[in-house]
Amino acid sequence: MHDFFFNTLVGHVLLVMGETLAVLVPVLMLMAYSTYFERKALGAFQLRRGPNRVGPFGLTQPFADAVKLLFKETIIPAGANRLLFLMAPAITFVLACMAWAVIPTFDGGAVADINVGILYLFAISSLGVYGIVVAGWASNSKYAFLGALRSAAQMISYEVSIGFVLVCVILCAGSLNLNDIVRAQKNLWYCVPLFPMFVVFLVSMLAETNRAPFDLPEGESEIVAGFFVEYSSMAFGLFFLGEYTNMLLMSALASILFLGGWQAPFGLSFIPGVVWLLLKICMFMFFYFWVRATFPRYRYDQLMRLGWKVFLPLSLGWVVVTAGFLEVFHMLPGESM
Amino acid sequence: MNEISEVSASGIAAAADTALPARREVTIDSHAMNFGPQHPAAHGVLRLVLEMDGEIVERADPHVGLLHRGTEKLIESRTYTQNTPYFDRLDYVSPMCMEHAFVLATEKLLSIEAPVRAKWIRTMFDEITRILNHLLNITSFAMDVGALTPPLWGYEEREKLMEFYEAASGARLHANYYRHGGVSRDLPAGLNERIWAWSERFPAFIDDLWNLLTENRIWKQRTVDIGVMSAELALAWGFTGPNLRASGVPWDLRRAQPYAMYDQVEFDVPVSRNGDCYDRYLVRMTEMRESVKIIRQCIEKMQPGPVKIEDRKFTPPPRAEMKRSMEALIHHFKLFTEGFHVPAGATYTAVESPKGEFGVYLVSDGTNKPYRCKIRCTGFSHLQALEVMTRGHMLADAVAVIGSIDLVFGEVDR
Repeated sequence: MHDFFFNTLVGHVLLVMGETLAVLVPVLMLMAYSTYFERKALGAFQLRRGPNRVGPFGLTQPFADAVKLLFKETIIPAGANRLLFLMAPAITFVLACMAWAVIPTFDGGAVADINVGILYLFAISSLGVYGIVVAGWASNSKYAFLGALRSAAQMISYEVSIGFVLVCVILCAGSLNLNDIVRAQKNLWYCVPLFPMFVVFLVSMLAETNRAPFDLPEGESEIVAGFFVEYSSMAFGLFFLGEYTNMLLMSALASILFLGGWQAPFGLSFIPGVVWLLLKICMFMFFYFWVRATFPRYRYDQLMRLGWKVFLPLSLGWVVVTAGFLEVFHMLPGESM
Repeated sequence: MNEISEVSASGIAAAADTALPARREVTIDSHAMNFGPQHPAAHGVLRLVLEMDGEIVERADPHVGLLHRGTEKLIESRTYTQNTPYFDRLDYVSPMCMEHAFVLATEKLLSIEAPVRAKWIRTMFDEITRILNHLLNITSFAMDVGALTPPLWGYEEREKLMEFYEAASGARLHANYYRHGGVSRDLPAGLNERIWAWSERFPAFIDDLWNLLTENRIWKQRTVDIGVMSAELALAWGFTGPNLRASGVPWDLRRAQPYAMYDQVEFDVPVSRNGDCYDRYLVRMTEMRESVKIIRQCIEKMQPGPVKIEDRKFTPPPRAEMKRSMEALIHHFKLFTEGFHVPAGATYTAVESPKGEFGVYLVSDGTNKPYRCKIRCTGFSHLQALEVMTRGHMLADAVAVIGSIDLVFGEVDR
């Protein structure tokens, strides 16, 4: 059996496909229910019930929504570039799913436990901006175009500060492998020593996924729906899926980098790591919804100012501080104490 | 989308001289953007043609008339009684204040005055209406700026107020409650106690809303110094109401030329200085607190008594009387078919509606229908200054300004 899966081509392909499905199916289910979770949470914040008609407690609402979206007509605007118009949501969604390959759900457990996991994640999330820019351009609409421009600028500027946050974590962990980063937090989660970076990351991840209060690319009261204003049906659905999958991804990343991923707190290690990771992800998702219910939206220039004039110097400075601290006190990973 | 033209002649000449690579100068012209009429921040049917330079608004050209229903003309062909419902439908967010202006104008031409209790009821419902209006405006302004929660909180409170509307008039929105010579019927038993109970809880709600927005950094970043109107500019553009008071002009018709019972109640007129979106928000928030005070005073000072004048030439007799009195039956028939004749004359009567000075210029030629009814609506003058307020700001600021000046198109377009 072991031979079949690891030493024959067919077996290996089957194994990888199985692993992929084992990650993707739960992720998509989680995504579906995070929309339900969001609507329930927002409902509670806003003194209303949220979905409660479809199924018990509205639990089958996500499926009803999905079916509705699937059966809607895909409308392609007359002036749009058809190929790119349809490609854009696919790019967004596929990239959002691809990133999950390196996320470890338990000790050593990832579809691809590669030694440059963080770089891979960073590369994939940087590509994500293409889906949005292409959508905005291919729609041939001014609102979509403005939305795409905003989004491109925003995602690029916040990726820079996320990059420096990652450098801090990598400096402490001494590895680009996500499993190693989690293992390095066995005794102390990085949210404690790297607290300022944790905050920078929390805010940047809101901006990176275009969520409130940084949801300017879709800014419904300004540019209606931004880059996907012309989309309908499942083409819109894919953007939607992509957005939520990205939120889950950033939540997972935040848990892995700062809250010890699958590590159990307080010695409660009899509960499997995957449960802890899920709990941490849910916590960050709730953070997303909480922020959305509380804050108004930033303006475009204010968002840029925050990114380039506050977060970039702060994270850059903290990289220097972290590196200096580790060097002076001989705490660099791999260095004998 | 953007017209890109090269201005390269001088660049090439310079390049030939210095052997540097030719500099390519690109000028991007501003482009027009059609904002509305179907736009989530258009507050109904505002169509705004924006000339944009990237994200900067260079020119904002509001187009009105998409909700024009010819109210003023329709009024000319109906009796005075039949006309009151049209006023509900002008500013459908503050219906009773609209009615009040028309009813006062008619009363002035008729030289009649409503009984004291009716005036108290009107004062109270004017203030309930003010809160209804400000709740919708502040919270939808917040939504324009991106805060999703305030509108839903506000709707909850509005619902309670609309129940008071319903209890008094039978309708939640288009009340048609005020009549020349009083109000259509007395308040039902127990309503005053319900309103009193509500007025004890409502300040806590204002505090919640206040805490959510007032000191919020993002909210302040988005509203402070946005759409500034100096006092001179505001007066020049015909601003009234909270928008004018936010610019530092202490002008409130309730205080300046009191109508109904406003000279019998104590209240403050909140005035701010800077005339930006944030100040307009603050003035409205504070006005809601003052309105609660007025409502409580109305309930305290209201005495039992008639709510309509007894003159049967103007107000219909009670149904019981019609069963017995031939004269009452005739009066009823005449009032609901022909209506009453109004002596020839003209009046401009204005009230302080939640949005500002709402005036009715009513001309009577002695018949049973108005000869002309010009409506001086508040939103129209606020809307015309949109260009002044938004020029040079960003697109998102234009949305904030639209939210802050409290537009309702039923009133702007009439």
